[in-house]
Amino acid sequence: MSCCAPGAELALAMVDPHTANEEVLLASRIIGDGVRQTDLSVPGIHCGGCIQKVEAALGALPGVEKARVNLSTKRVAIRWQADKPPAPFIETLNNIGYDAYLHDAGADETDETLKELIRALAVAGFAASNIMLLSVSVWSGAEASIRNMFHWISALIAFPALIYSGPVFFSSAWRALRHGQTNMDVPISIGVLLAFGMSLYETFHHEAHAYFDAAISLLFFLLIGRTLDHMMRARTRTAVQGLARLSSRGALVVQDDGTHAYLPVNEIQPDMHILLATGERVPVDARVETGQSEIDCALVSGESLPQPVAPGAVLSAGTLNLTGPLTIVATAVAKNSFLAEMVRMMEAAEAGRPVYRRIADRASRLYAPVVHLTALLTFIGWMIVEGDLHRAASIAIAVLIITCPCALGLAVPMVQVVAARRLFESGVMVKDGGALERIAEVDTAIFDKTGTLTMDRLRLMNRNDIDPAALAIAASIAAHSRHPCSRALAAAGRDNAVTPVALNDLSEQPGAGMQATIGTTTYRLGRADWALTAAAEQSATTDVVLSENGRQRAAFHFDSDVRPDVREAVLAISDQGCRVEIMSGDRDEPVRHLASDLGLAYRASVSPADKTKHIVDLTEAGQRVLMVGDGLNDTPALAAAHASMAPATAADVGRNAADLVFLHDSLLAVPQAIAVARNARQLVRQNLILAIGYNAIAVPIAILGHVTPLVAAVAMSASSLLVIANALRLHGWRSRKEPRAGAPAGDISSQLLAMEKAR
Amino acid sequence: MTDYFFLIPVALALGAIALGAFMWSLRSGQYDDLAGAAERILFENRDGPDDIARAHEDKPSHRN
Repeated sequence: MSCCAPGAELALAMVDPHTANEEVLLASRIIGDGVRQTDLSVPGIHCGGCIQKVEAALGALPGVEKARVNLSTKRVAIRWQADKPPAPFIETLNNIGYDAYLHDAGADETDETLKELIRALAVAGFAASNIMLLSVSVWSGAEASIRNMFHWISALIAFPALIYSGPVFFSSAWRALRHGQTNMDVPISIGVLLAFGMSLYETFHHEAHAYFDAAISLLFFLLIGRTLDHMMRARTRTAVQGLARLSSRGALVVQDDGTHAYLPVNEIQPDMHILLATGERVPVDARVETGQSEIDCALVSGESLPQPVAPGAVLSAGTLNLTGPLTIVATAVAKNSFLAEMVRMMEAAEAGRPVYRRIADRASRLYAPVVHLTALLTFIGWMIVEGDLHRAASIAIAVLIITCPCALGLAVPMVQVVAARRLFESGVMVKDGGALERIAEVDTAIFDKTGTLTMDRLRLMNRNDIDPAALAIAASIAAHSRHPCSRALAAAGRDNAVTPVALNDLSEQPGAGMQATIGTTTYRLGRADWALTAAAEQSATTDVVLSENGRQRAAFHFDSDVRPDVREAVLAISDQGCRVEIMSGDRDEPVRHLASDLGLAYRASVSPADKTKHIVDLTEAGQRVLMVGDGLNDTPALAAAHASMAPATAADVGRNAADLVFLHDSLLAVPQAIAVARNARQLVRQNLILAIGYNAIAVPIAILGHVTPLVAAVAMSASSLLVIANALRLHGWRSRKEPRAGAPAGDISSQLLAMEKAR
Repeated sequence: MTDYFFLIPVALALGAIALGAFMWSLRSGQYDDLAGAAERILFENRDGPDDIARAHEDKPSHRN
């Protein structure tokens, strides 16, 4: 295969950096028997036809043993023989029209938690249903010998179930207790364990009442809540991971003997020479050695227009090389690069932010002492009144069982899962329930400009001032380039429905522009100092010009395209009682322009550290800040803010730091998320009130000693069903009230696809 | 009375079989791609069980 010849990989890499086989090899893992597995993320897969196409195309490649598509996660697992070099998987997929990205092996590790929860849930469900079956016979008046036998069978079923499913709560409760704290799992664990222990004692002594059913069904109900909570997070994680990796995994390094080797980012040392093809991101901070190109810094610094670079220019890690291949010299190792610096600042900001206690934990902090004190007082009271240790203990335990915080354990995650699902359907992914609770509290919204209020693509601003014939020529030339300005020109041409012009001798001058001839006339589209011969004309132009034999024919002005619905979104957020402002790393002029257009306060040319500082200052002044941003430079600010949102086009670190990620272009996702979160908060509060009301009725009955296992089972099931039904009301609100922002649910994948294509 | 000695074990065994079947299906990766399974049933060619997913699933279980 051609990829074995040294130097050939350079040619390949020039075409498309992803085809560097070393990168595929680096991301694969050995799964035994000389077989390696590579996981690719293919966001474009959306139907059965795609599965067959992708599997057939990959299966036909040499060395591939099996390719298997997972439609739910939009990933392909490819097993190939390790003794051969990897086949061009990504290129093959690109050829049949799918974008593909290497997926991090090992990113799925956490999925095991969900599996464990589901297994625990299954065991608890099995035990609860069987014990309940036996309990019903006991409640219907079984005679003493049969009752006792049934209690023994219940104990036999309950014990293994407790051992298998209980540790989910026990371990977390133990961790909290060891650190001198209490969380929701503490009262749950105490209630379940005491109920089981007392029932075992009663069974030994052939007593009438055993609470095995209560103990195990509590476990079952609470595990449902826990599993739902986890599934919500797992789903978001999968969706976020499906998005393209924007940081580079490695780079093609020129070694001392002149050969090229693909090295992982963290093995790149200062003074190494790196070959950077067009379309690649700069792996570490570096200086340009040879070559001319333009660099897209939008994700790194927030500057919206591409910056020209020439030898000697300094590049930040993470910027994108647009037009020409460059040779660059590394100036820092990965862990000292801009990206790593941002991650460090983000971690510092996260550590500085006060730990947010989730509403259920806060409630249980009040709840647990009250419940335990009530049980203790009941015990003491009965000891004083009757002096019967056994009776006092069993009534006190009945109080603990009846007050076990089902409403907290089930109702809160239930509401949040319904809310997260509603947001998911309109293209907003919520990281966890805590994020929903935090975003409901915000009173200030700060937006980044580039990539957040604006899209990450450019738009031709002066389309209507340009001679249609000139636009037709420019659009035809631009159609052959992937430069952001060219794409904007080509798009403008399509919008105006210009007729394409036949071109000859088309060539691209890296860092300068494109050249083409029509008949005997030479046209140049690009930077003014390159396209124009007369010096006088140069000063008048700003962005890109079209020249005809060296004379200016048209000048084009570009700016980033404003996201759809920005104005409506800002209005809606203001209506929700939040102050809105803009904070950008871009130059003053474009920020001021947009800010005055929207009537918002703004800050321009803000450094990443100052962004964070501004948010910390606001937080200390008592405000709760929602940060919406996409760039690497926003990442520390995202972590510092009370709640954070990022568009799906954001830098990887930012996307992972943000509480919510929105997939659609429309910025209405932000007010919608706030609205849904506030509805959810209202429902959670209602559920907590319901729980308190239930306890107000049930606890006196328990304290007076009238609670039998039957009463406990009915009361617990009834209260659980009540809070679940209340949580489901959130789903109904959508159809009655707000119209959904963005496209319908099934559209998320195609949106993703369109988004990845736009890159 | 003697009926219990048959009926209760039978009831428990049936429940345990269902539980075992669920555990097996979970372990063999049958819930990993519900959307994909719904599509694959319509494919004409014979499609074997997903051994990649299973290999993937088995690994962590060795750890336990």
